[in-house]
Amino acid sequence: MAEQTMKNPQLAAIDIEEMSRGSMIMKGALAAGALYGAMAAGPLVKRAFAQGSDNGDVEILNFALTLEYLEAAFYEQALAEVPNLSGEASDLAKEIQGHEQEHVDALTAAIEDLGGKPVKAPGVDFGKAFADEDAFLELAQTFEDTGVSAYNGAGPLITDKAILGSAGAIVQVEARHAAAIRLLRGESPAPEAFDMELSMDEVLKAVQPFVKQ
Amino acid sequence: MSTSTKEPRGALRRIAADPVSRRRFFAVSGGTGAAALLVACGDDEDSTTSGSNATTTDMPENVSSQFGEGDLGIVNYALTLEYLEADFYEQVAKSGLFKGEDLALIKAIGDSEQQHVDALLATVNSLDGEAAAAPKTEFPLDDAESVLDLAATVENLGAAAYLGAAGMIEDEGILAAALSIHSVEARHAAALNVLTGQSPTPDGAFAKPADMETVLAEVQPFIVS
Repeated sequence: MAEQTMKNPQLAAIDIEEMSRGSMIMKGALAAGALYGAMAAGPLVKRAFAQGSDNGDVEILNFALTLEYLEAAFYEQALAEVPNLSGEASDLAKEIQGHEQEHVDALTAAIEDLGGKPVKAPGVDFGKAFADEDAFLELAQTFEDTGVSAYNGAGPLITDKAILGSAGAIVQVEARHAAAIRLLRGESPAPEAFDMELSMDEVLKAVQPFVKQ
Repeated sequence: MSTSTKEPRGALRRIAADPVSRRRFFAVSGGTGAAALLVACGDDEDSTTSGSNATTTDMPENVSSQFGEGDLGIVNYALTLEYLEADFYEQVAKSGLFKGEDLALIKAIGDSEQQHVDALLATVNSLDGEAAAAPKTEFPLDDAESVLDLAATVENLGAAAYLGAAGMIEDEGILAAALSIHSVEARHAAALNVLTGQSPTPDGAFAKPADMETVLAEVQPFIVS
């Protein structure tokens, strides 16, 4: 990639075709779940989100924390398990993993600052997602796109403006991750003019297959 | 930001974790809201705007002075930026500097910006407000490389602008709309960063907001009238 600034062959690889708004991410998330994970529901996740529910912001932060735990674990395992990971994918995965861990730490601190109890890291099982680089990047894209929609959906429900600003700073980075992974996969970095939002329930449903009891 | 480094790998390594950022980030929670957040996170490294950040602390009081009060002011501020972006890509598309798939990407991003313009205009109408006029713009379109650098700069600035304004939006629906645009600007920014040899996440794990004054100072050179 280093010498391609002028010609931008990456541009040529980008799929510009329009996709119907909204349908794509959710379908992708659900399909990925069906493909890679067991379809069993995860009461552990529901339990996790039920904690600290006397403070709405704490609940949302715990929701975000669970997602960030999932993402951090996902990249950590990928870096250990995906065979013959390319340098490009490996560098990006390391960078993203570091960010997700920072998000975990920041969210944990924020929940504690609000007097809440941070949820524990969920057990995870990503099934066959680490069989090869393609499978890994495909699920990575789904996770990042879903993360963007999760934060976008939860954002307006946040009461504390400073927390909202912090969540915004995180979602922007999730969106940047999504775009970078999409570029690496030859996909459009921004397939829609407006990122869709997902409710917490929808996000939970999408990630349940990856959560182990 | 306009001097791209042409070394994505190196750039990725460079943006290693800033151990201070996490605490600094959430330390402001429960405090004085957006102002504290902007102060805490507003150490913008961009050399082209030196000095403009000094006024950050005054921002919440006079934020809407130029575009009107409250949500309408913020929407008109966003509308102005989207007009600028849409214009930029339209001029770039006509410049003849890009062809084929490159041109298709430019047009796709430009189309998104136009959709943002349309959505924000509709929002202004729903608020029974008067929409900000489209600014007349002029951009340096010398060669493909510098144009892509400028595009990256504009998108990163746009993402920072939405992030800076989000906390001041009162209406839940307008906030949701702004967030759905914010993350798309971030996607554009990241993609253009990668394509110009910069890190997709130049601020590391937490993106930095920009206040209205900083943003307007940055785009001023491109506004003719």
